[in-house]
Amino acid sequence: MIRVVLPPHLKGLAHVSGEVQVDVTGPATQRSVVDALEAKYPMLRGTIRDHVTQQRRPFLRFFACEEDLSHESPDAPLPDDVVSGKEPLLIVGAIAGG
Amino acid sequence: MSGVRVLVGTRKGAFVLSSDGKRERWEVSGPHFAGWEIYHLKGSPADPNRLYASQTSGWFGQIIQRSDDGGKTWTQPGTPPGERTTPEGMPKAESNKFVYDTSAETGKPLTTHQFYDGTQHPWEFKRVWHLEPSLGDPDTVYAGVEDAALFRSKDGGKSWQELSGLRGHGTGPQWQPGAGGMCLHTVVLDPTNPQRIFVAISAAGAFRSDDAGKTWQPINRGLKSQYIPDPTAEVGHCVHRIAMHRAKPGVLFMQKHWDVMRSDNAGELWQEVSGNLPSDFGFVIDVHANEPETIYVVPIKSDSEHFVPDGKLRVYRSRTGGNEWEALTKGLPQRDCYVNVLRDAMAVDSLDKCGVYFGTTGGQVYASADAGDNWSPIVRDLPAVLSVEVQTLP
Repeated sequence: MIRVVLPPHLKGLAHVSGEVQVDVTGPATQRSVVDALEAKYPMLRGTIRDHVTQQRRPFLRFFACEEDLSHESPDAPLPDDVVSGKEPLLIVGAIAGG
Repeated sequence: MSGVRVLVGTRKGAFVLSSDGKRERWEVSGPHFAGWEIYHLKGSPADPNRLYASQTSGWFGQIIQRSDDGGKTWTQPGTPPGERTTPEGMPKAESNKFVYDTSAETGKPLTTHQFYDGTQHPWEFKRVWHLEPSLGDPDTVYAGVEDAALFRSKDGGKSWQELSGLRGHGTGPQWQPGAGGMCLHTVVLDPTNPQRIFVAISAAGAFRSDDAGKTWQPINRGLKSQYIPDPTAEVGHCVHRIAMHRAKPGVLFMQKHWDVMRSDNAGELWQEVSGNLPSDFGFVIDVHANEPETIYVVPIKSDSEHFVPDGKLRVYRSRTGGNEWEALTKGLPQRDCYVNVLRDAMAVDSLDKCGVYFGTTGGQVYASADAGDNWSPIVRDLPAVLSVEVQTLP
């Protein structure tokens, strides 16, 4: 079970509050977690990564365990504390604009 | 008694303003989708409870929302809140998915347009600027998008397909972005001929299809634009808005970057009708619901000063289809006003005394219940207004 914190706008879209939890089969990576998120909340498809390129949207960041994982490979394993559920994966909207 | 519903898209959410036919007292609902840019929302002429909204964000991309109860509740078409995917793992809908058609079957897959630096640049989807519901089918709706292209949904917004004949008709590589991006912002449907569609693109110009969107031709003859190398080029004009009266679908009115224009032959040829306007730069143009030769514009000072001239917010009305214009000022600020009125931010109702409505970048939505003679604000302090549409309810 992976804990994920969504930015407020995406919580609104998904009609959730607080953290969400997803189950991942196989290795827990950015890709597999976002796959699981989109399967559970299909309204989020296209909002975290581009529909066509499947790349992370440029103003979204992935943080966990006080590290910025945004530039890691989407197939790199997530930190053990995220995999164990001790720490959440934070999906953060970059601070910019008004 | 009849009523009016004004649909307002702003930089930070959507608002629905409702009144009875007197148009004196208003109820304000919103913000819907708080914090998101709502470029446009519009109701279906065939079912006034069916609304479509373009919800967009530089962070999170494009969302399409739909209401089936006149704006009380909203869903992403085909994806009820919290519902899971199909057993095959596919999403229930692809309402947010706008993918350019590059298939060989469409004949001329086109992947580049002219960029700011003169190089060719691939088409990249950014957002939906304008949603135009079909005149007869609530489930059919057109979307004008940036980078400029026209999409259509026939299933109530659940899925979208590009009408790629527009990008592929031949002039696409000459289109280039205006300051606001390369956007298809105007879609006008001919009420007497379902095969005929007009669109306008900044900065490419106006285009017409006579076969329901399959093939297209530029309709820019008569336009003169000093900001492009050949002022009378076939494409490259920054058309800001086109309007039509349903009783005269062959007559089109255009607010170009500079110049107010009209065509009496469905865009085959345009002539300037700016006349005595204090500035012929502007964004909006609309037609009185009951008088096909009465038109409205809001002059803006210039393309480098996107606010009204002389600190005065004035709507200009022509009762002669252009050339002769009168300033409408009663109830509008006539000093220290420096707002803009963006291209999708004016609309009319179809009551006996035609109502005219517009929204400003200062967050005001003004209404006139007497065709522009007198104005009053419905709301004064919304976020910057991007679009205004009106539904006349039975």
